[in-house]
Amino acid sequence: MKLAYWMYAGPAHIGTLRVASSFKNVHAIMHAPLGDDYFNVMRSMLERERNYTPVTTSVVDRNVLARGSQEKVVDNIIRKDNEETPDLIVLTPTCTSSILQEDLENFVERAQIDAKGDVMLADVNHYRVNELQAADSTLQQIVKYYIEKAKKKGELPEGKTEKPSVNIIGVSTLGFHNQHDCTELKRLMADLGIEVNEVIPESASVHNLKNLPRAWFNLTPYRELGIMAAKYLESEFGTPYIDITPMGVVETARCIRKIQQVVNAQGANVDYEEFIDNQTLHVSQAAWFSRSIDCQNLTGKKVVVFGDNTHAAALTKILAREMGIHVVWAGTYCKYDADWFREQVSEYCDEVLITEDNGEIGDAIARVEPAAIFGTQMERHVGKRLNIPCGVIAAPIHIQNFPIGYKPFMGYEGTNQIADLVYNSFTLGMEDHLLEIFGGHDTKEVITKSISADSDLNWTKEAKAELNKVPGFVRGKVKRNTEKFARERGFEQISLEVMYAAKESVGA
Amino acid sequence: MTNTVAPEALTFECETGNYHTFCPISCVSWLYQKIEDSFFLVIGTKTCGYFLQNAMGVMIFAEPRYAMAELEEGDISAKLNDYDELKRLCLQIKRDRNPSVIVWIGTCTTEIIKMDLEGLAPKLESEIGIPIVVARANGLDYAFTQGEDTVLAAMAARCPKQVLEAEKEERSGIQKLLSFGRKKEEVAAEESEYVEHPPLVLFGSLPDPVVTQLTLELKKQGIKVSGWLPAKRYTELPVVEEGYYVAGLNPFLSRTATTLMRRRKCKLIGAPFPIGPDGSRAWIEKICSVFGIEPKGLAEREKQIWENLEDYIQLIRGKSVFFMGDNLLEISLARFLICCGMTCSEIGIPYMDKRYQKAELEMLEKTCNEMGAPLPKIIEKPDNYNQIQRIYELKPDLVITGMAHANPLEARGINTKWSVEFTFAQIHGFTNARDILELVTRPLRRNHALKDLGWDKLVKEEAKV
Repeated sequence: MKLAYWMYAGPAHIGTLRVASSFKNVHAIMHAPLGDDYFNVMRSMLERERNYTPVTTSVVDRNVLARGSQEKVVDNIIRKDNEETPDLIVLTPTCTSSILQEDLENFVERAQIDAKGDVMLADVNHYRVNELQAADSTLQQIVKYYIEKAKKKGELPEGKTEKPSVNIIGVSTLGFHNQHDCTELKRLMADLGIEVNEVIPESASVHNLKNLPRAWFNLTPYRELGIMAAKYLESEFGTPYIDITPMGVVETARCIRKIQQVVNAQGANVDYEEFIDNQTLHVSQAAWFSRSIDCQNLTGKKVVVFGDNTHAAALTKILAREMGIHVVWAGTYCKYDADWFREQVSEYCDEVLITEDNGEIGDAIARVEPAAIFGTQMERHVGKRLNIPCGVIAAPIHIQNFPIGYKPFMGYEGTNQIADLVYNSFTLGMEDHLLEIFGGHDTKEVITKSISADSDLNWTKEAKAELNKVPGFVRGKVKRNTEKFARERGFEQISLEVMYAAKESVGA
Repeated sequence: MTNTVAPEALTFECETGNYHTFCPISCVSWLYQKIEDSFFLVIGTKTCGYFLQNAMGVMIFAEPRYAMAELEEGDISAKLNDYDELKRLCLQIKRDRNPSVIVWIGTCTTEIIKMDLEGLAPKLESEIGIPIVVARANGLDYAFTQGEDTVLAAMAARCPKQVLEAEKEERSGIQKLLSFGRKKEEVAAEESEYVEHPPLVLFGSLPDPVVTQLTLELKKQGIKVSGWLPAKRYTELPVVEEGYYVAGLNPFLSRTATTLMRRRKCKLIGAPFPIGPDGSRAWIEKICSVFGIEPKGLAEREKQIWENLEDYIQLIRGKSVFFMGDNLLEISLARFLICCGMTCSEIGIPYMDKRYQKAELEMLEKTCNEMGAPLPKIIEKPDNYNQIQRIYELKPDLVITGMAHANPLEARGINTKWSVEFTFAQIHGFTNARDILELVTRPLRRNHALKDLGWDKLVKEEAKV
């Protein structure tokens, strides 16, 4: 047993449902107790989805517990098959059903006899994989199922497309800015003269999966979702895949160069160097931003980064390599894929933090007292309490992270969006500077918002006045340091003298 | 609409139970806030945790007094010892939070692997010195608000019997300290204002302002509320003795009612619930009648509230409402809305306790007859898919539904109100009737503001066979 207040990645079935409901006309039936269909609420609220989420429950109740599901699951599959005529029904086990150890495979086989559509059992172990791993394996499972089906029927199309083409693999519902990234990637491919063969799973039809082998290569922009499917296609058809996330100026260029190499190896003759150059210097504003005076003010500022593998790694590189910001630690909650993360970020930060424990992360932030945090919604709330600004860069996310406006993180427009996000997260440079010179314009009473300094100490009037002269954004820190100093030395009252002594002792 | 010939009695149907609702463990979100010195430990899997974290939204970040005891593979296969594991976690909770009670919430998983929480709790309780209350609020047996019912039923067993005088003094001493003091003293001074009647304990978790409002409402009739289940703190659970009278505040508390009657030998006052001015009046009148008190000024009070509601009622009079059903408040809300002049063809409800809700059902029937509205069909364990087909046919003016269906229905030009808001808003008593209508009319007011834009249907025609 584990005491947990918060979790970063959801349970396995969420991953399966995300993939299944991303496809068009695929229905998922959960074998679950009442109330486990919370996925529908999330999709309807966060994505503001206009259509009914194609997920229903075959309810596990006391009767099922006593006698087994018997006909219930099969009936529910066939009923849904009649009502909505989906192309595919994915029977989704949950944590509850996996302990019941019913033979769901058998239900699927029985239902398949009467159902007009295809029926499949999502093959995930609830106690071993999380949402992200399950999503990855479900996508692979569906791809494999339809490739094999097409093979058997002799419907697999021969050869590649005439012009260079790509499958974009891993765009899914409830993914962080996935819709916008997808649009941006399609635009990028169009600029490069590469046809988009298929995008999966988002808005894809399972009937088109047999066309996947026609692409020249596969692009898997997200580390968490799509690589298993890409690997399968590589082993089956020799299709190369590119897993460089085009996020940030340098990585986008690297991704494009890799595309160049892959398509030229198959007989195309393309040179993207001029395109990269033009985009970098004149179209995207990010390179110019990093050179501008604004960004100069960010030099050496301390930040921490936490999120999923894709976003935390990309942001760490952008901050350190493209903006000259000091990343004190970078972390991920993708423990199962920690080696990859370490390898990606080690040279760009002082320390790597691999954990799913939000308490540990909160403490690590409090310890470092960075000027800004880049993390998930959880880190945003830690930031609120410590009075440190936070830019949200990864799931878990709230409704405000599903913006209506166009906000990709990938490609060249993505670099612009990230530059805005980073810049706006810091106290504006000039304002910061002026506050330091004039001792701050904020004369409000200090309210402690910190974790570490729930004060029981008295401040003399003079000391309090002096504290108020400290600029607002570092005041909390000064207050905490002074009180820590006073406590360590047994002062009950904080006078001006104590305050200055504290300041000297920390050398600030 | 109001002229339709009404059937003679309410009809009850039962469908497939394929409906959307919250898992009953969601009750921790409001109960941990209500019971200030409690700690709720949900013993379940990642699925439970994920639900809580997403359903609670922002609350999760305020250092909540609840946590998951997340079961791992070793727990499921009994490689680990349940008792030792729970002891380890509860000691950690004791050390970090020092609560007055730890409530274990049993989930589907603990049911299936048959973890004997009720057996483990007393042993561990004596070992670590903190009361442990066990509530099995799982999705196998219950829906949404019924979670509170399982917790309160378990708490009912912990209510003290008549305390000694000295202890009584001490108990009220604590209350005095907690800013309740002034009010308590006043109450003591005004003891003479109360009519002589047997002790009355109310059950149901309500926000503190509503507790105060209802207590004062009864005080006007000379009725003294001896205690509430739950109180603000676990250490202040009310004295419950044989022969005490109890009354429920919410329609989903049937297990609590049963426990109070059978285990604690209390007498249940079966009344409609104080939701809407009509319900509030009926609730008070019923309590008065049980104590042989002639209610004073209730008719005027109700009339005045109705007058205050007129601007909202104008918006809904003659309109139709459809309850998909997910939180068991449906009967009372429908009764109130019909009293406001709405019509209702279908009331979906997860579970219908016809005994506990008897008075409410009678009042619903009576209200329909008085208003000349057709009697609604009550659909227990509804089937959401079928309901949506019926909604398409009936085209109701308002559908009260869960969030899973709200946006899709809105996109198809159907006004919806998110049902969960009724659970979290203050809806009890005369004072809060306006809040109910504020919620009910909001979609109508909003959509009225947008009505000339031609944006009713925002989905492309679905090619469905």
